[in-house]
Amino acid sequence: MENVSFKLNGKPINLTVDCERMLLWVLRTDLGLTGTKYGCGAGLCGACTVVVDNKAIRSCRFPVKGVEGKEVLTIEGLVKNGKLHPIQQAFAKHDALQCGFCTPGMILNAYSLLLRNSEPTKAEIVQGMEDNLCRCGAHTRIIEAIQSAAKEMKGVG
Amino acid sequence: MKEDQYLELDFTDIITDPQLSRRELVKLLGSGIIILFFFGDRSLLEARRRGRGYPDDFNAYLRIGEDGRVTCFTGKIEMGQGVVTSLAQMLADEIDVALESVDMVMGDTTLCPWDMGTFGSMTTRFFGPALRAAAAEARAVLLELAAEHLKTPKDRLQAKEGIIFDKTEEKSRVTYAQLAKGKKITRRVKAKSTLKTPSEFNIIGKPVLRRDALEKVTGKAEFAGDVKLPGMLYAGILRPPAHGAKLKSVDTSAVEKMVDVRLVRDGDMIAVLSKTPDEAKNALTKIKAEFDVPQATVDDKSIFEHLVKSAPRSNVVDRGGNIETGEKLADITIAETYLNSYVAHAAIETHTALAKVEDDKVTVWASTQGPFRVKDQVAGALELSSENVRVITPFVGGGFGGKTSAPQAVEAARLAKAVGKPVQVAWSRSEEFFYDTFRPAAVVKIKSGITKTGEIVLWDYGVYFAGSRGSQHFYNIPHHRTATLGEWMGGSSGAHPFGTGAWRAPANNTNTFARESQIDIMASRAKIDPVEFRLKNLTDKRMRRVLETAAKKFGWSPSKSPSGRGFGVACGIDSGTYVAHIAEVEVDKKTGHVQVKRVVCTQDMGLVINPQGAKIQMEGCITMGLGYALTEEIHFNGGKIFDKQFSTYQIPRFSWVPKIETVLVKADDISAQGGGEPAIICMGGVIANAIYDATGARLLQLPMIPERLKEAMTKRNQYSILMT
Repeated sequence: MENVSFKLNGKPINLTVDCERMLLWVLRTDLGLTGTKYGCGAGLCGACTVVVDNKAIRSCRFPVKGVEGKEVLTIEGLVKNGKLHPIQQAFAKHDALQCGFCTPGMILNAYSLLLRNSEPTKAEIVQGMEDNLCRCGAHTRIIEAIQSAAKEMKGVG
Repeated sequence: MKEDQYLELDFTDIITDPQLSRRELVKLLGSGIIILFFFGDRSLLEARRRGRGYPDDFNAYLRIGEDGRVTCFTGKIEMGQGVVTSLAQMLADEIDVALESVDMVMGDTTLCPWDMGTFGSMTTRFFGPALRAAAAEARAVLLELAAEHLKTPKDRLQAKEGIIFDKTEEKSRVTYAQLAKGKKITRRVKAKSTLKTPSEFNIIGKPVLRRDALEKVTGKAEFAGDVKLPGMLYAGILRPPAHGAKLKSVDTSAVEKMVDVRLVRDGDMIAVLSKTPDEAKNALTKIKAEFDVPQATVDDKSIFEHLVKSAPRSNVVDRGGNIETGEKLADITIAETYLNSYVAHAAIETHTALAKVEDDKVTVWASTQGPFRVKDQVAGALELSSENVRVITPFVGGGFGGKTSAPQAVEAARLAKAVGKPVQVAWSRSEEFFYDTFRPAAVVKIKSGITKTGEIVLWDYGVYFAGSRGSQHFYNIPHHRTATLGEWMGGSSGAHPFGTGAWRAPANNTNTFARESQIDIMASRAKIDPVEFRLKNLTDKRMRRVLETAAKKFGWSPSKSPSGRGFGVACGIDSGTYVAHIAEVEVDKKTGHVQVKRVVCTQDMGLVINPQGAKIQMEGCITMGLGYALTEEIHFNGGKIFDKQFSTYQIPRFSWVPKIETVLVKADDISAQGGGEPAIICMGGVIANAIYDATGARLLQLPMIPERLKEAMTKRNQYSILMT
């Protein structure tokens, strides 16, 4: 057991935990943040995507020691002052989800994508989202939602 | 309903015992106005046959509460298909309240009456009309109450958005909440109610966004794996390396030494339990087990020959004219054999359940398409009366037929009972692939014949182990026979080496691939454009209309195939809905890679409840269908499954998705038909036909992986050389 200190959804946190454990299980089980999902456990589907220091990572393959001193953003931290993030709004407005299980990972992957590239082309969105899997087939609308969120976020400045 | 043989699930494992009586149910509901209703006699007949004490005159109900909110209680579940929205639309429209005033309580076996499960595109088709009738009945009751309350004759009253008012004096009004206050009225829908006609709809037929989106984009939507209970434990269960393997020896000493990990042996189940799921899965790796694996007799290559050999006598499901006469009339006869492989459901949420056992009461939260089936299975496994078991179905993270069976719920309940604490069983991805009830591998043999002028005169069709849904053709063929051979569900002992079951539009993906490929081959041999050839042999008005609409939308210009353009067409019927697809593909002839560029899909699904939701289902079907058409296939040797992760089992990704154009043809005079499955059935056929149009190479086996395409192109070239 070791101490790990990091920022989780904007708040400092200090955990005493086995540092080799994967972040996914610490988030879901120890911290009760169940918006982050298990899909494959091998970093292949993206359901467990969270953002660490502005970069999307696969929390099922990311040991918790890796977040020491960093900022972690999960789906629960995306709502600010009771207001949905523009990407969340766009996903709802475009019906960019069906069963909703891959949705938190999709949104956070898109969040990190738009941080890197605020005006992505459609091809860049496709490339950036390629390794996040959706079985219901909401892909077309997810792309539209990300394009619309990008515009919205630019407008906001 | 021949096409719905899907209904014939195997219920032999279910025990019988008394259930919640109507009196208890009504007590549970509290006050307000309650309308009991009934849909689909088959499900209740089934319950009755099994000697259940279930109420046999209703299997769903709605309540107008004292707050004026309208709640529908149903055993149906939401797994992404969107009925949480479309059912609420039907209810709100027919009862005249705002959509926002409707709540759906779904898949809770204590609050909701018995339901057989959510599958077969049946919710809108069969449950929908009954729900609308109940809502109309409720509205009639409210109008009666309002007439009394306002001392005004009923025909002067009008209902709108939860208020009833006097048409001649609008100030004289009363709300549904006021009418329900202090009441305890229970009615049952008996006679056929008068439903609104399409011109009277306010909410039905209007595009509505998903009602569960807010929960789903914020991570608040609760799935079975997200439910937390104090003191709960997470399980890892020892699994065999192959289906049919027997445990020879096991050494659990390493696990027994671990702190905070509990070893449980319950019958043939060996499990480790821990306070965290990762520790449980880690502890599981410390168990040393040896299994006897039976000698493999079949693999993914030899399976087709094996299936044909194992087939029982054929069952003719449709026939007309005389096959011998058809053979004589044919100028060109074509005999082909079509193959398709085992395909996984691969929902992103794996089978998950949490069970709590207190005294003799069990509560299970399960990701399932059949909560009442789970209830009976859990009761059976724990030797409890079924009334002691409650199954709650949170949001389900994708089903596609794969969650009609829920063995994980039984495992969780057995473990919870063994340790006296709540236990979660969440299958790992490899468990999910291993224990899936795969879409069965299948073989279709067709012999067909045409005249010189392109009339189809012969159709002799036999489908092995896929099932009959979608096997019957809809073309004008004077001499025809359609036969099915072998069972497709439950692993069909002796034929399939592991479990098989319903996969989105079961049987129809296989049947439509075979039929529409064969039709295309005939069109090509007759040197007629494939759309024209189909229309030439079609009189079914609904089919002609979807096909013509698709051709127009696509901008189809006639040409005999192969034209080199990469255009393909296919059509079919599923769950009462007609679909036609036209696709454009690009084939990399060096690598054999196929990129689908564009898919146009037109659909006649009768009355459309939520056009937005219907189009989303069509898009989902087209996208998901790319997988079984191009890549998805389970490799195995005997009971050993090789594809257990998304690395080798490739499901559709963003870069695969074509430009999708969907058209709903207006058919309000036909009652609402299925929407969750039809648009997937043509994807194998339409892509196969487009590949042929691009390359002249005909693929007779799904999925159409690059190796198979390259092989077909080589064969085609050799054939051309021989011909020249």
